[in-house]
Amino acid sequence: MIEIENITKRYGETAVVDDVSLTIAPRTVTVVVGTSGSGKTTLLRMINRLVEPTAGTIRLDGEDNRSLPGYELRRRIGYAIQGHGLFPHRTVAQNIATVPTLLGWERSRIDAKVDELLQLFQLDPAAFGPRFPHELSGGQQQRVGVARALAAEPKVLLMDEPFGALDPIIRAKAQDDLLTIQKHFETTIILVTHDMEEAFQLADRIAVMDKGKVVQYATPAEMLIKPATPFVESLIGVSERPYRLLAIEQVSSAVEPGSADGAAISSALTQREALAELLWSGRSALPVADPAGAIIGKVSLEGLAKRAAGPA
Amino acid sequence: MPNLSTLFRAGAFLVLVAFLLQPQWFEPLLRPLVQENAPVIYNQGSLLQLTLLHLRTVAVATAAASLVALALAILVTRSSGAEFLPLSRSLVNIGQTFPPVAVLALAVPIFGFGEKPTLIALFLYGLLPIFENALTGLTTLPPSVMEAARGAGMTGGQRLLKVELPLAMPVILAGIRLSVVISLATATIGSTVAAKTLGEVIIAGLQSNNLAFVVQGGLIVATLAVLLHDGLQAAERKLAARMGR
Ligand SMILES: Nc1ncnc2c1ncn2[C@@H]1O[C@H](COP(=O)(O)OP(=O)(O)OP(=O)(O)O)[C@@H](O)[C@H]1O
Ligand SMILES: [Mg+2]
Repeated sequence: MIEIENITKRYGETAVVDDVSLTIAPRTVTVVVGTSGSGKTTLLRMINRLVEPTAGTIRLDGEDNRSLPGYELRRRIGYAIQGHGLFPHRTVAQNIATVPTLLGWERSRIDAKVDELLQLFQLDPAAFGPRFPHELSGGQQQRVGVARALAAEPKVLLMDEPFGALDPIIRAKAQDDLLTIQKHFETTIILVTHDMEEAFQLADRIAVMDKGKVVQYATPAEMLIKPATPFVESLIGVSERPYRLLAIEQVSSAVEPGSADGAAISSALTQREALAELLWSGRSALPVADPAGAIIGKVSLEGLAKRAAGPA
Repeated sequence: MPNLSTLFRAGAFLVLVAFLLQPQWFEPLLRPLVQENAPVIYNQGSLLQLTLLHLRTVAVATAAASLVALALAILVTRSSGAEFLPLSRSLVNIGQTFPPVAVLALAVPIFGFGEKPTLIALFLYGLLPIFENALTGLTTLPPSVMEAARGAGMTGGQRLLKVELPLAMPVILAGIRLSVVISLATATIGSTVAAKTLGEVIIAGLQSNNLAFVVQGGLIVATLAVLLHDGLQAAERKLAARMGR
């Protein structure tokens, strides 16, 4: 649990983070969005005290984050930054081993962890471990950056636009990987992004920042249905709303009784994907199969259209 | 496959070693430079010994200059030492602009004749390139890397030793290389105050109007300078290549 209470950061006269309070539940993904300069990075860096707040407190699992020296706090919190910041003079394995080494882990435990993480990110340890960062592609560097942030099994992971430099396909892959890993390690993630698509895909909750203030902190669905301000509404994108709404939920919750012709669609896909399939194949209903392959009903254009509608 | 320039350097090195061990082999080459009956090969001491002493003087002075310049550069790039930057800059600049000959002249009355005044002159003269390069190296580190080092929970000292110095090392080495080359040449003037350097050979040649002495002293110094320069540069390249620059 992360409790951010009335946190403020001033540079001179301007408050770049202005009296922000957020409570972040353990094992969730919170995404911070907002325009450039709205204070997202500053807020994130106050959690691991790369920036000291002017006022307010931050507690991690009930403990004030100022109760131990900054460098010790930072060894417990994973931090992945845009442009990965890998150490160019160290191999991939040494980069990943940074925090465990600082913590004085045993060699064998470090090696095992490095191998585990490389495998998790689909990088062959024997091939990639001994390489230097400049011998990797941008996407691989990015994954190593995230692996390094996760190496000491932090409960909390801060990510500042970690996927900014990736092409759309690798990006989607990296996002999927992140969610898998988050479940695997039960990490609490706070992620900053400019990309609303990414925010809606990853977030349990989204915090929207504008000029240093958090103007709305809500689940994606709440934010779509009841945007707190016109700013939030414009950030979501008016023309995207129905699709984002459908993208949040799985087909399984839109299943209707009855049958339909043609190839079945998996109940684990999002409703948005089902809609796309309906439109593309020119049909008005599709059979739905559960993960085991059994047909459990159908999903219809009409049904999805109702679900995509905003509050009247 | 060693390229032409590597072969050339290996050749230069072999010729140098041969000349220092068996100078008389080269007598026919230098003979045309001297008058009848004058000695062709320096005969007032061992060339090998003078070369080793010359190198030792340069090594000691450069090592001291490297230590001090690097320590200063580290100090002024810490947030607590930033206020000393202008002062350090002026100090090393004075060391560079004050002519080494004048340093010798001033140091002799205090330290007497011999190696010490030379060491002091070389030390002062060698500070600037190392300091400026170390400063450049330590202040132009990639911000995202420094941020990652801090974010990973490294202390100030760990960041310096594990990240900043290794990353700045190619640039620092380049400064040391410059300093070594300057010192190799400058050390010859130490022999005007009785320091044992290759300058002795050149001065003896000037005094007895023996061109062969001047040429052999000069060539040994020049060859040493070229070989050391290239050797250090190769080391820098290797370091930098590992970091993908
Ligand atoms: N050290 C500093 N000194 C003065 N002003 C600063 C400092 N750091 C950040 N700021 C200012 O604080 C504001 C918020 O910066 P921050 O980096 O938190 O924005 P951001 O929301 O992360 O923006 P972006 O999306 O562009 O990354 C900006 O106006 C920035 O100029
Ligand atoms: Mg930012």
